[in-house]
Amino acid sequence: MHIGVLALQGAFREHIVTLESLGVKATAIRMPSQLAQLNGLVIPGGESTAIAKLMVSYGFYDPIRQHHDSAGMAVWGTCAGAILIAREIIDALPGQESLGLMDIAVQRNAFGRQVDSFEADLDFAHLEDGPFRGVFIRAPWIEETGPGVETLAHHDGKVVAARQGDLMATAFHPELTGDPRVHRFFIEQVVAA
Amino acid sequence: MSDAAKETGTLLVKTGLAEMLKGGVIMDVVNAEQAKIAEDAGAVAVMALERVPADIRATGGVARMADPTKIVEIMEAVTIPVMAKCRIGHFVEAQIIQSLGVDYIDESEVLTPADEQYHVNKRDFTVPFVCGARDLGEALRRIAEGAAMIRTKGEPGTGNVVEAVRHMRTMTDGIAWVAGLRGDQVYDAAKQLGAPYELVKWVHDNGKLPVVNFSAGGIATPADAALMMQLGCDGVFVGSGIFKSGDPDKRARAIVEATTHFEDPAVIARVSENLGEAMVGINISEIPEAERMQERGW
Repeated sequence: MHIGVLALQGAFREHIVTLESLGVKATAIRMPSQLAQLNGLVIPGGESTAIAKLMVSYGFYDPIRQHHDSAGMAVWGTCAGAILIAREIIDALPGQESLGLMDIAVQRNAFGRQVDSFEADLDFAHLEDGPFRGVFIRAPWIEETGPGVETLAHHDGKVVAARQGDLMATAFHPELTGDPRVHRFFIEQVVAA
Repeated sequence: MSDAAKETGTLLVKTGLAEMLKGGVIMDVVNAEQAKIAEDAGAVAVMALERVPADIRATGGVARMADPTKIVEIMEAVTIPVMAKCRIGHFVEAQIIQSLGVDYIDESEVLTPADEQYHVNKRDFTVPFVCGARDLGEALRRIAEGAAMIRTKGEPGTGNVVEAVRHMRTMTDGIAWVAGLRGDQVYDAAKQLGAPYELVKWVHDNGKLPVVNFSAGGIATPADAALMMQLGCDGVFVGSGIFKSGDPDKRARAIVEATTHFEDPAVIARVSENLGEAMVGINISEIPEAERMQERGW
């Protein structure tokens, strides 16, 4: 199995380290030509506006859509990545475009500014061994989910993790916790699906 | 399970925001218009200031926290994180900045220090802090005080990258030295560095700083940014280098792309074309020692 981590900006190294600890080949993706042959792609946390600008500059939008739609590449977005894979970005900046892969509407910075950033235990569906520590950094939430979308976790009544076939979105940062269970879920249940 | 239980201001959420800024460019801005240009160019955050370091240097006198209306104007203009500077040791300026809802405080040597012995006790705050450092010992002292992010100082407002390079190399050499020691030598290293044993031990065991480290102080071109990235920093601050240049919008975009593709000279060459005038630089030897900002902080 070969997973790519979009490495334009943000916390991509932590995803690579966690994936490698699970015995998976993980590669930093900086150019669209590297997308070929990937079983899955992680779009990491970072600044969604900065990542989107760089995705436009280097022509990532259509290749990611094509590899997902026709080559079966699974995609997981964390935080900024969740915003970028959504069907709709609520309060998007003018010109800020999402990939429109997953049938969710995501609200940017929904939990507030940095002073509102927080940690909380989450009851994450399908994970064993107790709650998962969610780290929310200027985090978005998932405001709407389409009919084919399964909710995986809530916080304070808001959807913060969801899955639709070979797509997954998390508003928080499993890569910062040292707990590999969400990464394992992605590999075993979302990519392999 | 009750999902209402949450903790704010933890070390993990403070360092976590810095993790999200990695591979990015943080730009100094003095008004809403510049903040929009920075955001549109792909900055990961902006530093809200009344004057950029080059102007602080030119004006002289005591440099203080920006007017709150200026900071709020910039916060309202953009959706990316906003940072603001307080003077070294001036914890009331820090309290004011936190109350405005700013995302990160820079306890900065660019402003005139308010305390010649103590830095701000950064653990008292919910908002995270970034602090300047010239070497490993200084970085670990700041982290001990609660800094969640470090930036090597360089010499601000000069457009001359030589001090940024010196401090980055000093930092990585210090880390390599500590990492290569025998376990029983770490106590003595802590004494030499003037830093807490536990943090020096962490560096020894992990071979890196415990927090994200950006480079600052003199970066003026895309090549400068890529140089600092290749020397091992996690991202860059560009202060006067953008808005003191001939075409700030184009230069800002170019520095963002060079920071992402720092190992790809073909990309850096392409984005470096026709950027117009870079800021006029200053040779460090022409700055009297008393006016070197990097000497501030202890």
